[in-house]
Amino acid sequence: MNTPIRVLVLALAVAGLGACAKKTVKPEETSPPPTSTTTQTTATQEESWTNPALLDSKPCLVSRVAYFDFDQTTIKSEAMEMLQCHGKWLAANPGARISLEGHADERGTREYNLGLGERRGNAVRDLLLANGGRSEQVATVSYGEERPICTDSDESCWSKNRRAEIVYTAKQ
Amino acid sequence: MQRIINALFLLAMLGLCRTGMAQGLEIDIVNGREAAIPVTIVPFAWEAAAMPDGTSIDQVVRADLNRSGQFRVLRKEDVIELPARGGDIKFPTWKMMKQDYIVVGRVQTAEGGYRVEFELHDVLKQQSLLSLALPVRPGEFRAVSHQIADLVYEKILGVRGAFFTRIAYITQKRLGEGKFENAIWIADSDGFNPQRIVWNAEPFLSPAWSPDGKSLAYVSFERQGGHTIYIHELATGSRRLVTSFKGINGAPTFSPDGSTLAVTLSKSGNPEIYTLNLASNNLTQLTRHFAIDTESAWMPGGNSLLFTSDRSGKPQIYSLPVSGGTPERVSSVGEYNARASASYDGRLLAMVQGSKNVYRIAVVDRERGGAGAVRLISPGPLDESPSFAPNASMVLYAAREGNRGVLYAASIDGSVRQRLALPDGDVREPAWGPFRQR
Repeated sequence: MNTPIRVLVLALAVAGLGACAKKTVKPEETSPPPTSTTTQTTATQEESWTNPALLDSKPCLVSRVAYFDFDQTTIKSEAMEMLQCHGKWLAANPGARISLEGHADERGTREYNLGLGERRGNAVRDLLLANGGRSEQVATVSYGEERPICTDSDESCWSKNRRAEIVYTAKQ
Repeated sequence: MQRIINALFLLAMLGLCRTGMAQGLEIDIVNGREAAIPVTIVPFAWEAAAMPDGTSIDQVVRADLNRSGQFRVLRKEDVIELPARGGDIKFPTWKMMKQDYIVVGRVQTAEGGYRVEFELHDVLKQQSLLSLALPVRPGEFRAVSHQIADLVYEKILGVRGAFFTRIAYITQKRLGEGKFENAIWIADSDGFNPQRIVWNAEPFLSPAWSPDGKSLAYVSFERQGGHTIYIHELATGSRRLVTSFKGINGAPTFSPDGSTLAVTLSKSGNPEIYTLNLASNNLTQLTRHFAIDTESAWMPGGNSLLFTSDRSGKPQIYSLPVSGGTPERVSSVGEYNARASASYDGRLLAMVQGSKNVYRIAVVDRERGGAGAVRLISPGPLDESPSFAPNASMVLYAAREGNRGVLYAASIDGSVRQRLALPDGDVREPAWGPFRQR
């Protein structure tokens, strides 16, 4: 279940990164199931970066969560492409607004974790700004450890909770 | 084998107790202490016309004194004689039972309700130490029972008792996928008489008592896109919005005189400690550092604050004069120290001490040096939010058991711990209130 989806996502990502002109040919060459054909076709048409549908179809824009190591606020390399994409979206869409929600795992005290969540949100904000976003487009709010994705007391759960989420309050 | 049977019996008893206390909080004595003072509380004689409620005065007093860790109260089933007055006490019986003190009492009808008369006697000296009559209105029996426990505690130990006090705490109840009910409650110090004072779909944090016990300050996430600090008057339910700056508005704590609120604000870009004069609304910034500075706690006298800062890399406790100056590091042992609070006399500090994945409550005695100065009074692994009873005899804190939060009251030496937990929902962020007027 997991693997085919990943392959598809990767395929879309490759398609998205390629040059626009070439991609119009692609759907005709291969004969994938109708659903993915339409998805791919839409993606190619919207490389304009101002069509709101791109936000919900281009994988690096669909992806909106950055994860962190324990007590750390450093952006990991796997989140870089995603954040570059959202920065580019902000640059192309001056009306777009993002709320960055920073979170921590349950270890440590709640108010300190509120600070940690804010730092994570700010780390993501700084990268969005470095990639074309403007400060008025991005607001950070920390939820500390108060909004866990998962509530077991183990690393598999904690690693899902140490995150910063990008939430679009205005798409364009 | 006998031990197992005893354990099973105890479990069965606890099971019964829990169903009987569905509305209140559960009670468990986790540990015992050998040096505790043996005392007998004889069931009070009922000499009044009608029974107003189900409160058993002796049972409340017994639980209070046991919970403190300072006393070992004779179990009710071992109380073999039932004197109601000093003159009826057969001292040799209690001497044989190795009891140091005995409390007897009775309830009588009086104008406006009832009157509880009780006496405290020294068993060895066969001497009356205390003899008092307290008026009771219907519905006040638990309150009066806590006052009796306080008076007995004070007479024997020379320290004011803190059983007739209240606690505040936060609960989170899951209503469905991604839907929660968050609430702030106040209850008696033993967890009974819980009253929900405010509730919302969004989280609350850090309830803090005003020194007069009339208000709570707390953090709410109820406003979209940020945090706000409110001061909530308990008697009227009216709220005052205190701060709602951009970013974090957190960790409110009242100064000992109630005039000032210390808060954490990140409006400058990262969390810093501020004081807010509640009369003038003047805001004063106390820390200026790129680190996380938060969780301030007032030292008695109100001239300095403790706070958590990770300016050295990991969170540690620092102190700072309210007039400003350079923070000084207070915590010395442990890689993670946070959320400090001070006892009324400033001698003891309680804080969360973390090591790897284990977070425990540490009590630091500032008048002692060396290894004896720091005592871990809770087992972990995720204990937090310690606050002292107003007489510093116990520490209230939050722990995680399985997937839910529970509250514990631990004696200051960690020898006795009592669990206070709501049967349904996740309990957290306890704060022990100040002394109340009798």
